[in-house]
Amino acid sequence: MIPVLPIILAATAACAVTTSLAAVLLLAERYLVKYGKCKLDVNSGDRLIEVKGGKSVLESLKGEGIFIPSACGGRGTCAYCKLKITEGGGPVAPTELALLTEQELADNVRITCQVKVRNDMSLLVPEHLLSAGEYRGVVERITDLTHDIKNLRIRLTEPERIKYRPGQYIQLEAPAYGDNPEAVYRAYSMSSMPDEDNCIELIIRLVPGGICTTWVFTMLAEGDEVRFNGPYGDFHLSETDREMVWIAGGSGMAPFWSMVRHMAAHGIARKTTYFFGAVRAADLFLLDELRKLDDQHEWFTFVPALSAPADEDKWYGETGLITDVVGRHVPDGSQAEVYLCGSPGMVDAAGRVIEAKGIPPERVFFDKFG
Amino acid sequence: MTAMFAETAAQLSPSPGLWIVLISAALTDNILLTRFLGMCPFLSISKQLKSAFGMGLAVMVVTGFTCVLNYLLYIYVLLPLTPYGVPAESLKLILFIVVIAGFVQLLEMVIERISLKLYFSLGIFLPLITVNCAILGASLFMVNNVAGKGYDGWDVLVYGFGAGAGWFLAIMLMAGIRHRIAGGKVPAGLQGVGITLIITGIMAMAFTIFQGMIRT
Repeated sequence: MIPVLPIILAATAACAVTTSLAAVLLLAERYLVKYGKCKLDVNSGDRLIEVKGGKSVLESLKGEGIFIPSACGGRGTCAYCKLKITEGGGPVAPTELALLTEQELADNVRITCQVKVRNDMSLLVPEHLLSAGEYRGVVERITDLTHDIKNLRIRLTEPERIKYRPGQYIQLEAPAYGDNPEAVYRAYSMSSMPDEDNCIELIIRLVPGGICTTWVFTMLAEGDEVRFNGPYGDFHLSETDREMVWIAGGSGMAPFWSMVRHMAAHGIARKTTYFFGAVRAADLFLLDELRKLDDQHEWFTFVPALSAPADEDKWYGETGLITDVVGRHVPDGSQAEVYLCGSPGMVDAAGRVIEAKGIPPERVFFDKFG
Repeated sequence: MTAMFAETAAQLSPSPGLWIVLISAALTDNILLTRFLGMCPFLSISKQLKSAFGMGLAVMVVTGFTCVLNYLLYIYVLLPLTPYGVPAESLKLILFIVVIAGFVQLLEMVIERISLKLYFSLGIFLPLITVNCAILGASLFMVNNVAGKGYDGWDVLVYGFGAGAGWFLAIMLMAGIRHRIAGGKVPAGLQGVGITLIITGIMAMAFTIFQGMIRT
């Protein structure tokens, strides 16, 4: 015979204990975790928003349409979501300490995914982030530029138009797949022209083992829906008439490919020399298009250079490290502005050459990526 | 019913006294070094003294309170049901886990509410120990001690905090040792967890010295 009574009693006891615990927790949540409405003052009265307290600053801002770049998804590891919280930030959490310098701590810079909204706050959000939004689009075309660099063209669906400045970047969402349980966001500069505002193009180089690039190279197909947010970044043409020196390597091409076509289309005739570095001829791309622009426009000079050309490359152009090539071509850059885009190693090396040439740091703009 | 049980237990073996309970829970029966329970946070959080302190304190507080809660649950809910055929021994495992998880959540909310300073030094470790097996282990051993050694409510309170204090002591010792060897040359294959486990083994051997302190 099945012992009915003990089973019923055991089940009742277990249910009673768990239910009463759940009730206690619900009550506690209702009466303890109650911060009510909190006011967030963005950029000294520029935007006043009211949010329900209890969530992180990063999430609360996202809910109000203000997208702060974050690569780790709010786990307090990437430190991209730094913002100045001038009032109401509360004590600094131990999870923030490792990510902030002494200077940043003194300046009230905080890791916004680790700061909860518990009361009214005042914070400073860089102007360009306020215009960033969330977009959906459909992959229109994927083309190979080299053996490990692809061009991704995305047609926007929701919203249908985007406004940005040449040189700015977006954050592409790679959805969860395989061993990656969560979506990740990676930054890519637009290589397209802002005039064509219903499409964006990105130049993506395969990073071995990279979550987002592996997804783009092996899974993403034409017709797939993608999401991204942006635009971000202050790497764009300055408001001056100074001569410009551009230095790029690999997929660092993207912002300059956007800038040069924008300048040509809008008749911005600033003297510009574009140095594009790669290892072998197989790593170069868009050469014909850029040489054509060089021929058509007096103000634009294109200098591709290879650091280690092989014999079969039949390379008659510049050789050597891109930093040496720049040294040979720009004898006096003291009046020029310098724009750098490429791997951290390349940008740092180029930065040292430029410093040696006496160009003041405020006239050097760079876009480093990992 | 409960009184009857308590009476029988008291007749079997009288409570050994609070000092003995404390010392045996913290030292001779150190939950980490003799049972090897709660190893994951012990290995990962013992890198820095400061975080080890917060973690150890959190484990101590939670072990202490959940032991008492689970004692009440065992004595007043599970034991009275045994005559009707309810298997208290199996049921306690499930219910103890639920009580611990619920208590940790509640404690986190309360601490965050009363003091942000305390929350940042102690509270952020709480979600990490919801499923710390040392805490469940302490509750289960507590039941054995109630039945076998005649622990009463006060003994259980002291036992819970004592077991937590033992864990606290172990992680603080380890954090201190790791701090000292941080600059030393550890062979590549042993760096991090490897050397920590070996040191834990040596510490466990050292702790056997306390075995003679209490006659059981």
